[in-house]
Amino acid sequence: MKTEIIKFDNVFLNQTAAVVGSKEKEGPLGDKFDSFCEDDRFGQDTWEKSETEMVKRTLEALLTKSDYDWKDIDLLAGGDLLDQCIATSHAVNNNGIPYLGLYGACSTAAEGLIIGSAFAEKGMVVGTLASSHFCSAERQFRFPLEYGSQRTPTAQNTVTGCGSFLLSQNKSLVRITEAVIGKIQDNGISDANNMGAAMATAAIDTLTRYLQNSGKNVNDFDLIATGDLGHEGFELAKEYAKSTGLILGDNFMDCGMMIYDLNTQDVQAGGSGCGCSASVFAADICPRIADGELKHVLLIGTGALLSPKSIIQNKIIPSVAHLVCFERC
Amino acid sequence: MQIDYLLILKAFLIGGILCVIAQILIDKTKLTPAYILVGYVCSGVLLNGLGIYPKLVKWAGAGATVPLTGFGNTLAEGVKQAIEKDGAFGIIYGGISATAAGITAAILFALLWSILFKSKNK
Amino acid sequence: MNRKQYIEFAEGRAKRTSSLKNCIWAFITGGMICVIGQLLFFVYSTFMKDEKSAYSLASVTLVFLAGLLTGLGLFDKFANFAGAGTLVPITGFANAVASPAIEGKSEGYIKGVATQMFVIAGPVIVYGSASSVIYGIIYYIYMVIAGNI
Repeated sequence: MKTEIIKFDNVFLNQTAAVVGSKEKEGPLGDKFDSFCEDDRFGQDTWEKSETEMVKRTLEALLTKSDYDWKDIDLLAGGDLLDQCIATSHAVNNNGIPYLGLYGACSTAAEGLIIGSAFAEKGMVVGTLASSHFCSAERQFRFPLEYGSQRTPTAQNTVTGCGSFLLSQNKSLVRITEAVIGKIQDNGISDANNMGAAMATAAIDTLTRYLQNSGKNVNDFDLIATGDLGHEGFELAKEYAKSTGLILGDNFMDCGMMIYDLNTQDVQAGGSGCGCSASVFAADICPRIADGELKHVLLIGTGALLSPKSIIQNKIIPSVAHLVCFERC
Repeated sequence: MQIDYLLILKAFLIGGILCVIAQILIDKTKLTPAYILVGYVCSGVLLNGLGIYPKLVKWAGAGATVPLTGFGNTLAEGVKQAIEKDGAFGIIYGGISATAAGITAAILFALLWSILFKSKNK
Repeated sequence: MNRKQYIEFAEGRAKRTSSLKNCIWAFITGGMICVIGQLLFFVYSTFMKDEKSAYSLASVTLVFLAGLLTGLGLFDKFANFAGAGTLVPITGFANAVASPAIEGKSEGYIKGVATQMFVIAGPVIVYGSASSVIYGIIYYIYMVIAGNI
């Protein structure tokens, strides 16, 4: 039979860490992050180096909080938005850990957790991470930072943040039990200023696949969180789900809307980027599962797979959404 | 110093209207700012050819010279004068030489700012 | 919902910025920038006889000021509500040249600053000069036919 749902019997989430920028610190989850940087530079002279430094600090925080040392880690899997994942590659340079670079756009956090869980199931100790930085992403995908332009309300604000997770078979309070790998699809949206609309259908399709094959329904979960649909994509996803007969209630949320206060912070439709779902899960949701506040949580990591060239060429945006199921032991 | 208050008012009016037209184009069509700027410069050349823009410069002063259509107008004005002076050869150098001050200033100052400043987080 | 219906639905509900508010801001800021240009012209005409040169110098001054505000990190904040009001005047051109130049510094002065300087404003120069050449050709033919050359 075709495998729709991947089941993990023995994968535990041992530790999480997240480091963010100033805007994220000012947001509703501000107090929960491990550390932040006031000017988003992390003491570096280029934005690319800043992102690398942020990734380094996140990994340091992860190891400091856990009982592990660099030499205990069997695999590090992670990525970011910069072309060819340079921020992550530079951050793990010379630390002697086998490394897999990942690119899943904003779905990288979920992609990393799925790949990490597969290796952890084999008995390895795996670190995963996903990072994005507003300034380096803006340079790459949009305009120079000082360029004066008006943002459309459907555009999203790239999160400056890095979240990392430590997975192994060593028992802890949080388990990763199931995952669904998303299928790439496009729904005809090509507007890079409306990525939420491009990703909304992918999120719902992955969720539907999971529910149909697992026999569960949406009320079995305390929280179903999409990665970074933003306000626009979130509303579209609900409408689209309704048209397929799936009613999503109050337990359906979006990390891109949780990380900022959309009313007071100038972030248009909300947060986006690899660091969005990664830092929200690492700093807020996973600790809440460990505390017992949440027992059964789904992460649907959404990714808009566009490149600077594909934006200029007006190509349709292929999207993907990976699902990860967290359970309190 | 002579200050023509009516001219200031007219500059405000024409400059404002030219900006509003671009704003409507940005909001209502899918044109990005780069297309608007190119469109404005080329329109300036065209409006000079039709004899409209020089009259607008006379009437509204900086209201017509400061917007990018004014840049197009200067290009066209320059090519015309160069042709009258040097014939066909003027076609090649007229435009850019008339706008050299603006272009060189933009390049030189940009170089200066890049030495003095660093980009900031938003 | 099929693909076509979804695109229509998504594009239909995508909020556009309030155009009236944008237009009012564009009018006021664009008008004010031109007024500053006009005042500069009055100052410069006290020592410059040629009107065209005085207007030209006024524009150069605006290029300087817009670049300075760009470097100080204020221009983009201003442009966020001014929209076309700062884009259309020569200030928009200056910002489009200065902002990639400042940012290009991380790749060095040759490969960064100089290479990236015209990444946004380049088309203005390219199509501006191209259209002036086309206009020049037409004007030349007209002059020949009219017997002036």
